[in-house]
Amino acid sequence: MIAYVTRRLLLLIPMAIGMVVVTFGLLLLIPGDPAAVLLGQEASPDAIANLRSALGLDNPWYIRLWDYFAALLHGDMGRSIFQNLPVSEIIMSRLGATVELAVVALVLATIIGMALGVIAAMKQGTWVDTVAMLFAQLGVSMPVYWLSLLLMLFFAVQLGWLPSIGRGEPLPSALWMALTGKPQVLWDSLAHIILPALALAVNSAAIISRLVRTSMLEVLREDFVRTAYAKGLRRPRVVIRHALRNALLPVLSVIGLRFGALLGGAVLTESIFAWPGLGQLTISAISQRDLPLIQGIVLTFAIIFALVNLVVDLLYAAVDPRIRLG
Amino acid sequence: MRVPRIFRNSSLVIGALITLAIVLLALLAPYVATHGVEQMDMRNRFAWPSAAHWLGTDNFGRDLWSRLVYGAQVSLSIAIMSVGGAAIIGTTVGLVAGYFGGWVDLLLMRITDIFLGFPAIVLSLAIVAVMGPGIANVAIALVIVFWTEYARVVRSTTLVLREQNYVQAAKALGANPARIIFKEILPNALGPIIVLASLGLGTAIIAESALSFLGFGLPPPTPTWGWTLAYGTRFMRDEPWLAIVSGATIMITVLGFNLLGDGLRDILDPRQLSRGGPAKR
Repeated sequence: MIAYVTRRLLLLIPMAIGMVVVTFGLLLLIPGDPAAVLLGQEASPDAIANLRSALGLDNPWYIRLWDYFAALLHGDMGRSIFQNLPVSEIIMSRLGATVELAVVALVLATIIGMALGVIAAMKQGTWVDTVAMLFAQLGVSMPVYWLSLLLMLFFAVQLGWLPSIGRGEPLPSALWMALTGKPQVLWDSLAHIILPALALAVNSAAIISRLVRTSMLEVLREDFVRTAYAKGLRRPRVVIRHALRNALLPVLSVIGLRFGALLGGAVLTESIFAWPGLGQLTISAISQRDLPLIQGIVLTFAIIFALVNLVVDLLYAAVDPRIRLG
Repeated sequence: MRVPRIFRNSSLVIGALITLAIVLLALLAPYVATHGVEQMDMRNRFAWPSAAHWLGTDNFGRDLWSRLVYGAQVSLSIAIMSVGGAAIIGTTVGLVAGYFGGWVDLLLMRITDIFLGFPAIVLSLAIVAVMGPGIANVAIALVIVFWTEYARVVRSTTLVLREQNYVQAAKALGANPARIIFKEILPNALGPIIVLASLGLGTAIIAESALSFLGFGLPPPTPTWGWTLAYGTRFMRDEPWLAIVSGATIMITVLGFNLLGDGLRDILDPRQLSRGGPAKR
C-alpha cells in the first residue's frame, strides 16, 4: 500500500507541471499583443507598456514560463489586473463557498442516484424501472442552467418557499451556531443552498443511478447472492449487505470523477443563484478578461480535481486490494 | 412479418427519430420557418402559440419557431465541427499511443490526463475568453476540451486489437505502422468512436448553449439556442414561456443524441451494456 501511495503521489508532480503549462499557454492563445487586448481599445500606450512589463511580456515565453513556475512555488499566482489584489487571496476568499456547494450537491447526487439505481434494479423490467431510467435519461440531457432556472421559477418565484439568490452563513459555522442555540441560522443556510445544490446534483444523480442499476443487476446474478438467498436470508438484508456493497465499488470511482464535473457545473449554477463562489468569480474574471485571475482559477479547479481523484484512487485501493496489487 | 432486431431497440429508434427530425428541420430551415429570423413585431411581444406563431413570439415579437429552427443550424454546425475535430485528434492520439506503447504511450496518455483534469466548462470559457467569440473559436474551445475521451477509449481498444492475429500477420508481411494503424486497426475500432461521437454531439450542444447563455458564445444577432434562452430568462418572472420552450428544445435534442448513442452502444459495443441486464456469466 505504501508503494502504491508513493507512486500515485509522484505521478501528481508531472501532472501538476503539465497543468501549469496548459494554464500558462492560455496567454499564448491571445491574438496580437495581450496587454493591448486585455486593456481594451481606449487604453493609453503608457498603460499598455506598464501592463506589458507587469505581465513580463517583454521576455521570451520560456523565461516567462519559468518565472510563472518560480512564483507559483511560492504560492504567488500574480495580481489581478482589475481588483489589484493577489490572485491567490481573491481565490481563497471564494473557494469555501464553491466547495460547500459542490460537497452538498455530491451528497445529494449520491443519495438520489443510489436510491434510484437500486430501486430500478430491484424492479427490473417493470414500470418503476422505466420511470426511474426515464428520469435518468432526462437528467443527463437537461442543461444545468435551465434546470436551475426552472427550480428557481417554481420554488422561489411561484411558491415563495425558498430564497432565490444568495448564500446564508457558511454551513460549518451555521452548524456551530445551531448547536449553541441559534437554529434559525442553520435553516437559513440550508434554505439558500438547497436549490443550487439540487440543480447541480441532478445531472450527476442521473449518471450515478444508471451505473448503480447496471452494477446491481450484475451483482444480483452472482453465485454468492444466490447462496445468501439459499441460506434463507431476507431480501433487504441480501440487497444491502451482500449485493450493494459489491455493486458500489465501480460507482465509487465515478463519484470522485463527478466532483470535477460538479465544480465545473458550479460556474453556471453560481452565476444563476448569485452564489458567491469561484464560479461566479470565473464569470466576472472572464467578462473583464482579467487574465492572471482566469489563469489562477483554471489552475485551482484543475488542482482540486487532481487531489480529489487522488483521494478517490487511494480509497478505492484501500477497499479493493486487487487495485494496488494488480 | 418479423420486426428486424435493430428496430426493437427502443432507445435507438426514438433517438434516431428525434435526431432525424432536428437535422431535417435545420437543413430545411428556410422552408419550414414561417417568419424571418430578425422580423420584429413589437405590438406582438410574448405572444402565446397561435396559427400565425406556432410557438409564440419572443421579447422583440420575433417568431420563436423560426428562431429555434434557424438556431438548430448554428447549434448542429458547432456540435458537428467540434465533435469531428475532437474525434479526429483523439482517435489519432489513441491509435498511436495504443499501437506503439512504451514511452510514446506514457507521454501521450499523461498529456491526455492533464487536459482531462480541467473542468470542461471552465477551460472552454477561458479559451473563448482569450480567443474571442465566433463560431470557429467556440468549436476550437470544445475540441480542446473533448478530444481526451476519444484518446482514452481508442487507446484501450487498440491495445486489444494490436494483439489480434490479422494485425500480427500484417506486421509479419512488412506493412508499415501507418498502414496497420489506419487500414487494420481503425476500421475495427470504429464502434466505440461512433457511440462516443453520438453522445458527444449532445454534450457539445449543451456546452455551446451554456457558453452563449453566459454571454461568451456567438455574438448576437446569431439566433443560437443559448441566446434565446438567455433572453427568455430576463423576462422569466412574468413571461416564463420563452425560457421554458427554448430550454426544452435543447433538452429534447440532447435527449435524442443520448438515446441514439445508448442504442448504438447496445449494437456496436455489446461489452459495455448501459441498460438492460448483462449476459449471464
